[in-house]
Amino acid sequence: MADNFFTVEIITPDRIFYHGQASMIEFNTVEGEIGVLKDHIPLTTVLAPGVVTITEEEGPKKAVVHTGFAEILGEKVTLLAEIAEWPDEIDVERAKRAEERAKERLSHREQGIDVARAELALKKALARQDVLV
Amino acid sequence: MASMRDIKRRKTSISSTQQITKAMKLVSTVKLQKARNRAEETNPYFNYMYQTVCSMLAKAGQVNHPYLMERESTKKAVIVITSNRGLAGGYNSNVVKLITGSDLPVEDVEVYAIGHKGIEGLQRRGYEIKADYSEVVESPVYEDAQRICKEVLDAYVAGEIGEIYLAYTHFKNTVSHEPKLLKLLPVQVDQESVESANSDILMNFEPNEEEALELIIPKYITSLVYGALVEAVASENGARMQAMDSATSNAEEMISDLSLKYNRARQSSITQELTEIIAGAEAIS
Repeated sequence: MADNFFTVEIITPDRIFYHGQASMIEFNTVEGEIGVLKDHIPLTTVLAPGVVTITEEEGPKKAVVHTGFAEILGEKVTLLAEIAEWPDEIDVERAKRAEERAKERLSHREQGIDVARAELALKKALARQDVLV
Repeated sequence: MASMRDIKRRKTSISSTQQITKAMKLVSTVKLQKARNRAEETNPYFNYMYQTVCSMLAKAGQVNHPYLMERESTKKAVIVITSNRGLAGGYNSNVVKLITGSDLPVEDVEVYAIGHKGIEGLQRRGYEIKADYSEVVESPVYEDAQRICKEVLDAYVAGEIGEIYLAYTHFKNTVSHEPKLLKLLPVQVDQESVESANSDILMNFEPNEEEALELIIPKYITSLVYGALVEAVASENGARMQAMDSATSNAEEMISDLSLKYNRARQSSITQELTEIIAGAEAIS
């Protein structure tokens, strides 16, 4: 195996979602997108809903993660996500419905709605659809 | 000596109870296996979360964040995880005893209860039940923990409560479960694990430390509550399995005792009948 590989782990409350060697991992943080190669400086960052792309020896692998955080150490990247899904686990219809619902809530802005929650739901729905494209 | 009919009736009743306890034991054995697997799957996430929070606190020790500082309010929220149903030996009463036996004053405690049995026990002892989430015990999912934590954390941030505790039953293994009372907020991690966390690496935070803490601490608390929920379910089924196992073997013992008594009674009644017949025959001849 080439030298530029490092360990990637994605852990969710229900399972160890992914464990393997990768040459690069890209994901969304609250500050924007980030791509990590081997020997990145140590960094702890907060995840935003989005697509995570793991570049393995055989090629890239995509998944979607929502909310959590990432700990990046030179040799190892750990994503602690509250939810993580492979593309084939996603229900597109449900994601579309969730998108519409969230958009409607945001456009009407009635009293008593949780704007932050609706925005998060919208982001999740969009991320779920992004990964399938 | 009790009559034959009484003994027989007693025996039937005990053996039908035994059938029930046996069935309950089987059911909880299956449930225990499921719950234990889930508890084991949750472990890596929880352990990693704990390590990360420890190492964050080791580096961000001086951050002035409400999650880390002592609060003025003397109110204490206690999240109590028990079961909805009884017949689980000392499982529920041990958790209740843990709270009544702790040094938390009754009037300052606000209970966020998960499980009917805990509510009943604590209400009787004069604790204030703030909220009831008993429906989640049957099959806890992560969203349940999120929902509960959000409410408790909101109350904490608003200054209504000053400390948050978590009372649950720790699942050591199938036969041993231990009630535990944990302090969740302000965050307390033991000094040793902070020091052992790789403090020689200079960790960067993005966004800055305070914001990262703000976002990560609620997740940490949620993961603790979720872990506790899953472990409590495993412990509940473990406790019930043990309780039902001993109930079944007690019933077995009682049945064999009664069988003996029944046979004796039967024998003596036959002997008596025979004596009567012989005596009657002799009188005629």
